[in-house]
Amino acid sequence: MSNWFKKHKKLAIFLGILFAIIFINAFIGLIFGWEVVKDIFNFFSYQVLGMQWLNSLIGFALGGIFGNDFLISRWGLSLQFFIYDTIKIMFLLCLLIFIISYIQSYFPPERTKKILSKFTGIKANIVGALLGTVTPFCSCSSIPIFIGFTRAGISSGVTFSFLISSPLVDLGALILLASIFGFPFAIAYVFVGLVLAVIGGTFIEKSGAGKYVEDFVTAGSNVDLQQETITKKERITYAKEQVYNTLKKVWLFILIGVLIGSIIHNWIPTEWIQSILGINNPFSVLIATVVGTPIYADIFGTIPVAEALFSKGVGVGTILSFMMSVTALSVPSLIMLRKAIKPRLLWTFIGIVVLGIIIIGYLFNALNFLFI
Amino acid sequence: MKILALGGCCNKSIQNYENAVYAAHNCGIKEAVEHIKDINQIMSYGVMFTPALVIDGKVVSTGRLLTVTQIEKLIKDRM
Repeated sequence: MSNWFKKHKKLAIFLGILFAIIFINAFIGLIFGWEVVKDIFNFFSYQVLGMQWLNSLIGFALGGIFGNDFLISRWGLSLQFFIYDTIKIMFLLCLLIFIISYIQSYFPPERTKKILSKFTGIKANIVGALLGTVTPFCSCSSIPIFIGFTRAGISSGVTFSFLISSPLVDLGALILLASIFGFPFAIAYVFVGLVLAVIGGTFIEKSGAGKYVEDFVTAGSNVDLQQETITKKERITYAKEQVYNTLKKVWLFILIGVLIGSIIHNWIPTEWIQSILGINNPFSVLIATVVGTPIYADIFGTIPVAEALFSKGVGVGTILSFMMSVTALSVPSLIMLRKAIKPRLLWTFIGIVVLGIIIIGYLFNALNFLFI
Repeated sequence: MKILALGGCCNKSIQNYENAVYAAHNCGIKEAVEHIKDINQIMSYGVMFTPALVIDGKVVSTGRLLTVTQIEKLIKDRM
């Protein structure tokens, strides 16, 4: 036991802090009642992470410059939403990418491959889905990862668990979602994303579709890279570079997302959105999934749209389906994957992910009341 | 000194190759920097995350777009 602590000093500290937070909250809850705990978390998610104070400040400034009549007009509200959301998302993005990249620098795909090859069965699927959240990923790396995993003897199911969770669930998304929808929704998003990855991967393997890969994938032998350990300073440099590169890549997505968000927010009548995507339309989840699937945007680009839909009373399940279908599946990454896997496996993969997203959507719409 | 720039998929990899060419030139290396785009060749180095850089058969960086200065330092360390 003491050896374990020595070996995993950082993990022990992290777990210690986590338990301390849970313990303190449980303590406050027992003494002052659960409402107080809820207030603390709400304050944290809406004011600290959500920066509602910034929204008020921008409203105040716009009112001062253009007068209060402008502020309550549609143009005023759109402008306020646009400025507030852009600043908020950009700021959180920089901060989060920095922290996340720092963590990711411990998990290059080459290391993930080594860790994964030690596990078998459903445990391997779960570890695969979890590692998918911390391994750096871009659509070009899906093929090398696919080939590398397969050659290392990792089963197709585990590889797909990884490939499903990697774009879908990420630590940054957890925090950003918490800032808009609160922690229960954010945790639910991460949880169902991981469950979808585990079940989807398992199904692909069990159904036998997993063996339909192109011949060259299995033709080579596995090569393990002897990786040099990198210093803390290098990790920080890497994290800074990631912030810069990501921002360069996604700023346009975010602006477009915020623009669409502010249009939904202030220009499209609530009744329209309610009739198409509202909780009373039984097809709302289907529509959201079908529209979202071919589109690809970074999860950060989808958040302002989700935020606006949420404020119009669209069900959380419908929003989840939309966000998941936009981030998990996209035409460019499917074209890439097609080079390494045969059509039958590709279609099984698409089918399972789409089906999973639709089921999640309906499930969460049924549980809508828990999140509002 | 043989320098290989691995990865031909995204702009990052292409930029990494170009930076390697400048860096090799600045260090006075005569041999041309090779741009490896073939996935099988990339995998044969055990690399799964491009852009990557290989100097004299040894992988010195993966998953990072390096600047000219950074590559120059890697080259000089091995001269």
